[in-house]
Amino acid sequence: MERVRRALTSDHAVGWAFVAPSVLLVVVFGLYPIVSGLMLSFQKASLLSPVREFAGLENYRAILGDDRLKQAAINTVYYTILFVPISIVGSLAIAVALNRGIAFIRAYRLAVFIPVVTSTIATGIMFLWLLDSHYGLANFVLGKAGLGPFGFFEDPRQAMPSLVGMTVWGWLGFDTIIYLAALQGIPQELTEASAVDGASQWGTFRSVTWPMLGPATLLLVVWSTLSALQLFDEVFFVTKGGPLGRTSVVVFYVYRLAFEQGLAIPLAGFAAAIAYILFLVILMLTLIQFWLGNRVVHYSS
Amino acid sequence: MSATAELVRVDPVTLPGETGMVERPRRRWLPFSPWHFVLLPLAVVMLAPLVWMLVASLETLDQTRHFPPILWPGTLRFGNYPNAFRAAHMGRLFWNTFVVTSTVVLSNLVLCSLAGYAFARIRFLGRTAVYYLLLATLMVPLQVVLIPTFLIVKSLGLIDHLGALIVPNLANVFGIFMLTQFFRTLPVELEEAARIDGASRLSILLKIVLPLSAPALATLAVIQFMWTWNDFLWPLVTIINNEGAQTVQLGLAAFQGAHQTDTSLLMAANVMSLLPMLVLFLLAQRYFVRGIATQGLKG
Repeated sequence: MERVRRALTSDHAVGWAFVAPSVLLVVVFGLYPIVSGLMLSFQKASLLSPVREFAGLENYRAILGDDRLKQAAINTVYYTILFVPISIVGSLAIAVALNRGIAFIRAYRLAVFIPVVTSTIATGIMFLWLLDSHYGLANFVLGKAGLGPFGFFEDPRQAMPSLVGMTVWGWLGFDTIIYLAALQGIPQELTEASAVDGASQWGTFRSVTWPMLGPATLLLVVWSTLSALQLFDEVFFVTKGGPLGRTSVVVFYVYRLAFEQGLAIPLAGFAAAIAYILFLVILMLTLIQFWLGNRVVHYSS
Repeated sequence: MSATAELVRVDPVTLPGETGMVERPRRRWLPFSPWHFVLLPLAVVMLAPLVWMLVASLETLDQTRHFPPILWPGTLRFGNYPNAFRAAHMGRLFWNTFVVTSTVVLSNLVLCSLAGYAFARIRFLGRTAVYYLLLATLMVPLQVVLIPTFLIVKSLGLIDHLGALIVPNLANVFGIFMLTQFFRTLPVELEEAARIDGASRLSILLKIVLPLSAPALATLAVIQFMWTWNDFLWPLVTIINNEGAQTVQLGLAAFQGAHQTDTSLLMAANVMSLLPMLVLFLLAQRYFVRGIATQGLKG
């Protein structure tokens, strides 16, 4: 009995008992899908029928010949190239502006942070109304400045930039919070020493603040690129990939294949193959960004 | 990673003035800081979509169908709100979302505390390997494993049930990671004294560690609340043919599809959908901000 009791209260047993529920859940819903997704990508399958056929590399070969996927990939890259620099430069400027103890600063911060907790659907509803081509406030204000009228989401050329504007609005607060935290982590002595040495404010920013923000910038570049490549909610809800397929992005295309067309026709394997390629692209980009970043970025500790 | 760990310790809600930083005395050509010229327009732009939604939610349908837009309706139509609440079945949507969100948040607090404590303090066989295995899943976003995860939930018979939204999210790796990191920063001496007195691991966790961890638990709770409350993609693929199990986001999207041109009703529904999240944010801004600064670790 004593030995059983000791075994049950040993660190090994207690440790495993503590982590077991979480580990079980993560294995079933986190790890297993990674493996089964890979297997699915070599099969012909639909989501609703249990019939699966081994298809070898056929799904991966089909990826190369799919023109609509090609367009979705181009659109995704276009979105990412616009979204990442705009949101990062914008949030850095905002964080610098917000990082001071002046009157109403809490209210200003609140205004920037609120979109972070606003859901993508609520944001979509607001922007569809704000950017409505007939009755929208945006066309009214821009019209006063002698611009427009714009079609925004209805115009094939303007739809993607409009999506960028909407998502930047939603993400700025997130990036700003991270930059603010990084700014407040910079030791005062450094900026003060630079000022004492006669550097201008811009000079201090360039030679002291900006290098110290390196880790935060690297993190945000990686993070924003990842989320840009996975764009879905806004496209699904606001533009539905249109007009003329100009906002169709990869995850949206995968969703359509698997959950709209593929429920009956066996396209789920093909969709899983695309998702897997996207996964590999994301993984490689992240590694490259961190590798490049670590050669440039200076870590203080 | 080392740099992001530092991020967590500073708190962006704290104002520079409060941390000892004083605005450098400068030649003053204005009775107020020139930064207001930047910040005020910024705040107006950031708040414009929200204010414009609020205005439209109090107008008549005819007033919303007017160009140039009517910036202020003479009488405020508060009646839009009860109408939208009924038309969008918001009672049911709120209840479903509340059930899902509260279950997921509570379960995460319990399971992530247990796992985080074990990873931080207990030496057990395979601890490091399991920990890194869990962390690896953070690299894989739902979007790329959507199809296989859907198939697993389908094989469990959960499609079109609230369970589909609850079960896969009962324990979040981010939460485990966050609490592990936090527990490691706590002083170990108290726990060791309790061990010598013969206290079990569970009672140490409950009586010593968790009472010291209120800020970390609050942070985890609000971030998890936000993720679950605002989630759209996962409910979209798992709640397909059962309106009775729709969440606020799903129901709102469906309502928009059906009432596209009924702007004032749609905006009233939208305002209501945002209220719980906004109230929580205003009450717990500090924890949201800390949680977001911590989310950096996820990348």
